[in-house]
Amino acid sequence: MLQIRCPWCGDREETEFRYGGQAHVDYPRDPAALDDRAWGEYLFVRDNPKGEFAERWVHTAGCRRWFTTVRDTATNQMRAELPSARKPVM
Amino acid sequence: MVTSRHALPDPPARLWRNPEPKRSYDVVIVGAGGHGLATAYYLARNHGIRDIAVLERGWLAGGNMARNTTIIRSNYLLDASAALYDHALQLWEQLPDELEYDFLLSQRGVLNLAHTEQEVRDSRRRAFANELNGVDAEWVTPDEIAEICPILNTSADLRYPVLGATLQRRAGIAKHDHVAWALARKSDEMGVDLIQECEVTGFLTEGDRVTGVQTTAGPIAAGRVGLAAAGRTSLLTDTLGIRLPLQSHPLQALVSELLEPVHPCVVMSNHVHVYCSQAHKGELVLGAGVDSYNGYAHRGSVHVIENQLAAAVELFPIFARAHVVRTWAGTVDVTPDASPIIGPTPYENLFVNCGWGTGGFKATPGAGWVFAHTIATGEPHPLNAPYGMERFTTGALVDEHGAAAVAH
Amino acid sequence: MTSPHRLDSSVRAGRVDRTRRLRGTVDGVELSGHPGDTLASALLAEGRIVAAPSIHRGRPRGILAADCTEPNALVQLHGACPEPMLTATRVELYDGLVAESLSGVGRVGPEADTAVYDKKYVHADVVVIGAGPAGIAAALSAGRSGARVVLVDEQRELGGALLDGTERIDGHPATEWIGRAVRELVELPEVRVLTRASAVGCYEGNYLLVAEKRTDHLAEAGPQQPRQRLWHLRTQRVVLATGAHERPMVFADNDRPGIMLASAVRSYINRYAVLPGQQAVVFTTSDSAYTTALELLDAGARVPALVDTRPDPPAHLAEQVRAAGGQVYPGSAVVGTGGQERISSVRISELDEQGSLTGTPREVECDLLAVCGGWNPVVHLFSQAGGTVRWDPVVAGFLPEEPTGSLPKVVGAARGTYDLAGCLSQGLAAGAEAATTSGFRVAVPPVPPVAGDRPSTRPRPLWLVPAEEGTSEQWHTHFVDLQRDSTVADIWRALGAGMRSVEHVKRYTTISTGQDQGKTSGVNAVGVIADALMAGSPGEVGTTTHRPPYTPVPFALMAGRDRGGLHDPVRTTPMHSWHVAAGAVFEDVGQWKRARYYPRAGEDMDAAVQRECLAARTGVAMQDVSTLGRIEVVGPDAPEFLNRIYTNGFAKLPVGKARYGMMCTADGMVLDDGVSMRLAEDRYLMSTTTGGAAGVLDWLEEWLQTEWPHLGVHCTSVIEQWAAVAVVGPDSRAVVGRIAPELDVSAEAFGFMEFRDTVLRSGVPARICRVSFSGELAYEVNVPAWYGLAVWEEVAEAGADLGITPYGTETMHVLRAEKGFVIVGQDTDGTVTPLDLGMDWVVSRRKDFVGKRSFARPDTARTDRKQLVGLLPMDPQQQLPEGAHLVDPDGPRQPPVPMLGHVTSSYRSAALGRTFALALVADGRRRVGEVLCAPAGGTDIAVEVTKPIFYDEEGVRRDGRQYE
Repeated sequence: MLQIRCPWCGDREETEFRYGGQAHVDYPRDPAALDDRAWGEYLFVRDNPKGEFAERWVHTAGCRRWFTTVRDTATNQMRAELPSARKPVM
Repeated sequence: MVTSRHALPDPPARLWRNPEPKRSYDVVIVGAGGHGLATAYYLARNHGIRDIAVLERGWLAGGNMARNTTIIRSNYLLDASAALYDHALQLWEQLPDELEYDFLLSQRGVLNLAHTEQEVRDSRRRAFANELNGVDAEWVTPDEIAEICPILNTSADLRYPVLGATLQRRAGIAKHDHVAWALARKSDEMGVDLIQECEVTGFLTEGDRVTGVQTTAGPIAAGRVGLAAAGRTSLLTDTLGIRLPLQSHPLQALVSELLEPVHPCVVMSNHVHVYCSQAHKGELVLGAGVDSYNGYAHRGSVHVIENQLAAAVELFPIFARAHVVRTWAGTVDVTPDASPIIGPTPYENLFVNCGWGTGGFKATPGAGWVFAHTIATGEPHPLNAPYGMERFTTGALVDEHGAAAVAH
Repeated sequence: MTSPHRLDSSVRAGRVDRTRRLRGTVDGVELSGHPGDTLASALLAEGRIVAAPSIHRGRPRGILAADCTEPNALVQLHGACPEPMLTATRVELYDGLVAESLSGVGRVGPEADTAVYDKKYVHADVVVIGAGPAGIAAALSAGRSGARVVLVDEQRELGGALLDGTERIDGHPATEWIGRAVRELVELPEVRVLTRASAVGCYEGNYLLVAEKRTDHLAEAGPQQPRQRLWHLRTQRVVLATGAHERPMVFADNDRPGIMLASAVRSYINRYAVLPGQQAVVFTTSDSAYTTALELLDAGARVPALVDTRPDPPAHLAEQVRAAGGQVYPGSAVVGTGGQERISSVRISELDEQGSLTGTPREVECDLLAVCGGWNPVVHLFSQAGGTVRWDPVVAGFLPEEPTGSLPKVVGAARGTYDLAGCLSQGLAAGAEAATTSGFRVAVPPVPPVAGDRPSTRPRPLWLVPAEEGTSEQWHTHFVDLQRDSTVADIWRALGAGMRSVEHVKRYTTISTGQDQGKTSGVNAVGVIADALMAGSPGEVGTTTHRPPYTPVPFALMAGRDRGGLHDPVRTTPMHSWHVAAGAVFEDVGQWKRARYYPRAGEDMDAAVQRECLAARTGVAMQDVSTLGRIEVVGPDAPEFLNRIYTNGFAKLPVGKARYGMMCTADGMVLDDGVSMRLAEDRYLMSTTTGGAAGVLDWLEEWLQTEWPHLGVHCTSVIEQWAAVAVVGPDSRAVVGRIAPELDVSAEAFGFMEFRDTVLRSGVPARICRVSFSGELAYEVNVPAWYGLAVWEEVAEAGADLGITPYGTETMHVLRAEKGFVIVGQDTDGTVTPLDLGMDWVVSRRKDFVGKRSFARPDTARTDRKQLVGLLPMDPQQQLPEGAHLVDPDGPRQPPVPMLGHVTSSYRSAALGRTFALALVADGRRRVGEVLCAPAGGTDIAVEVTKPIFYDEEGVRRDGRQYE
């Protein structure tokens, strides 16, 4: 069971969280401008590294805030990353 | 020397050579799991290609082939899936004779339980579709389930009562290690070099053409390269800049101690997340869904096991005092539509067979058959034509989620 | 009843309470013993060393060990708490115990498991696993710091191997030191000691799973007393003091009853005051078994031979044995055994330098053979946690690599330190270090002086003792794994087949796959493989991976309290008790129990649903709709946010009005739907499907936080705050008028898709909305959840004279299907767009929304996709099965039959007087008027494709019956 550091609540057990996959995949600023391949990549393709991986979690059974961590997918060692602020889109 | 009914048949006294790799092969298969071995076998058997190396970073069939829960079935909803998996099931039925190896294929039937009215609708939809696709399937009521599997709790008091199930009688289990060894032995006999502890670390390329692989034992040239590396596929394709819609997740399973036979079939429940059979030796084999996060660590989280055992004890009250003696995890590569990717890549002479998620074992011979065809001819077999990478661009997904057929 | 092998208390007191006698039966024969006995020690006290025959070959087997490594003595327990398979060495004797020996295969019985299994979740600073000398020392030094310390041991009392021996600490018997330590640990407020607790899992991040037995050793447990507890320990530091397991020796006929680990012999003599044999041969590769020989002699046994593989064992040890009356054979090995049910003799041969047999073997009579093939540090938990191990030629075992990061610290025998002083010193240091690094600075206490310590000069491991004849591949009685009946010949066969990996050999021979997970066989197998492959050391072959659990864990313990009604929480509405009293049949929707229909006497579901439907279409009916998801979406940007989430527009919805909305996933597939009310300029109340509620809230928050954090919007689930009653039918206006006298319910004053806040006649504040999922005039009466039941009853009473009829989800389904309203999840399956449903009107062309771009993909833009249509069976009384597929009636009928689509919803309509269905059909809208065929259950049902609406297409019923 992973222990995950919520930036707002501190260290909590994995069962309090939901996984959100790769971090920093922005919703395209203008989806209509993307060709089908680029849009398909946005929808379906994510990095899948063995090693350090910036990923998103949401503290569903706690503060319900989304945040980003960096975890080594080979060892599950985690280090916290600051919550990412996003630029406006659309 | 073995006499008891709990013993498995003695495996063969000769399985494979342990050759040194040659500098060049017509075909190099990356990954000596079930799919890699089956691909090599069918390349040799169906296409007359014998100059093949199967390169394995660890020990042969030591990845998901060694870690799965050995369930075989073909009762998938969608036409493309049913065709592919049932082709596999037909091959399974031939293989013990063809490979001259009793790998304990046991067509004891698989029950897929429905616990809600919507699951009933979904299950019946799948069974009706199976019937029209020529895949054997029946809808069975709780009373019939009680006859088929008397230890299953069909009481209406269950938190999520069993409202019915689909039954595929031709489905069942096989002894996973022995399947791999049977394929390995025949492939080896036909001249395929099975090379263990030889990790592929990258590719040799000329422009947009793959000409071989880089390995821990040096470069090996290849006319064609087929990837059958499951959870590690995208690590390899990443080196060429090919982005595949794959996410690697831990998938856990467990076994109990040996028990006298009590469980006659295979039972799967998506709703409460558990599936269970009793293997030939007598151990209960249980699995559940994947762990939520990406991972290559061959370990999952224990709460997944706890949830799965809570579900198991609900469905099978007599298992309450059985013991977990071993848990383990594999790394499965999951696609967005829970269907595999089998086909060519943007690189000439490089082919992928991946994204089987939790369903790879049951497809072993079918995947090998169509992947061998794809590698040998350069074109997909009709059975894997719907499984190309382009579907993620066009939107023509082969989405099995809708039919609640994702657990294996 | 006598226990002939129990030592007189003047010889050995043991840790058993001789003042009390416990009685049980094993294999139908009575057994007696004392508190403190295990089943195995009680059997041995009565001379019963024989276990059940071996699993495959039916060979006689006996008790080999005294701990969890035991491969042979497996038993099934009967009685109040039946157990399919336990190890006799780990079962504590209790009064009334009934056991049956097992040949490696357990039996589960049909008896219900009524015991309670609990879970405990604890945070600690330091967890110490193993309460032998090193573990106790670690717990003491860490505990004195004030840190939160948990000390875990699988035995009934602390002490570990000290209880098996005769060492002295600080000038006193070690047991006195243990006693003092226990008293001190108990006094330390932050220290918790768990006994009968097996650390079964050690995971990354210093997370441990401990299985504690609470009442297994009692003849009778108190009511509701938890039988076992599963502890989840999260700690800063872990100290593993898990000791070492002795290895047996691999030689011909090494499986006879009476062959026992030398350490087990010591344990039975010293801890249990049981002498397992009178005439004992000791066979060893190292010093430790000399102590066994001396203790055997001291306890009154004869030791006609101590056989040591080493040509020059330490002279003082040999001398001590000889002085006590024993005989020592250096540079020798036991090469065979004789006997029928029990060992009666051994054959001893000299070894040359290479380990081959030399000279003429001699035969020595015995009834016990104590073997020591060396020691395996217990690295299971370290390895589980991700630590790596390496072969150490000096201690002849796999040792943990020095841990990095937060990996557990390993001390004592678990790291190959076998002398008592070393164990104490490492334990004290590790405990202090663990506490200090956890923030509780403490000094390392001085190491107390010890005496009678275990000697340890270098062993001479001999993985495979040659037989007197034949070659390795023929050695079918050199057992490597006793539980699996696997031999040297089996290993050689695997290697001959081409296998080189220990993992392959394990799988080929099934070595290490038993209930004991190879605790006595794993390393020996590696040794035999290394020997066969002429590898330099077992380290070159490597080990198999240790996986949790360390010892078997009951399924029920892992399940804990998540069983029966607690398996998954049951959600019920405030009106649930009314539905139960009314005899409703329920269905599970998500975690909710929803009334499906309310049968009256003699009615089946069809009859009840026909009656309920008619009431809604012709009079008035009511449904509990409190389970629908309700999310308040609040903030200045709420209109913009809903515009992006819903496929249709919400920004311009006037305050006081409601609108149906649909949302899609990013790839354009229908995700959820529902009606949202605009409560104020900056406030909406969104409703969702019952099953989709939690997912939709997640979805909204994810977009808000990760993509549009600049939007000022907050989402709050208010499901639990509201109860809601749908009042449906032409007479609903009358009913709502009666309960809400302050409200003008006329069609003119209270339009469709409007809502009003009011106070009911009963004084309950309510929000009433004119929405309809049936096409009839309908109102949804929303009240604070607390008043749900009262208002439900108020509505029922107000409509009693109009025959108001409660209805359930099934009737709701029929009514909405007659109108062609879809149910997300039933008429959609994650592959359906709003356009596929023919709901173009809900898809805005002017604004962007989540999923819009996906509609333009080649496959999604196809005009012949599966589309929602209606179906009318040609025989109006024939009902299509839901899930049936539609085919071309003139098409091929040999599998695979091309399928055009499937039936998503199918009902018998009271209003239409016939059956009808909804379906998703390829190119369906173009097929309206076509006749298709649904093969189902061996017959074909012919159907006509229609538009997906069957009732009141003009929508005139929405405003209901006009009243004067």
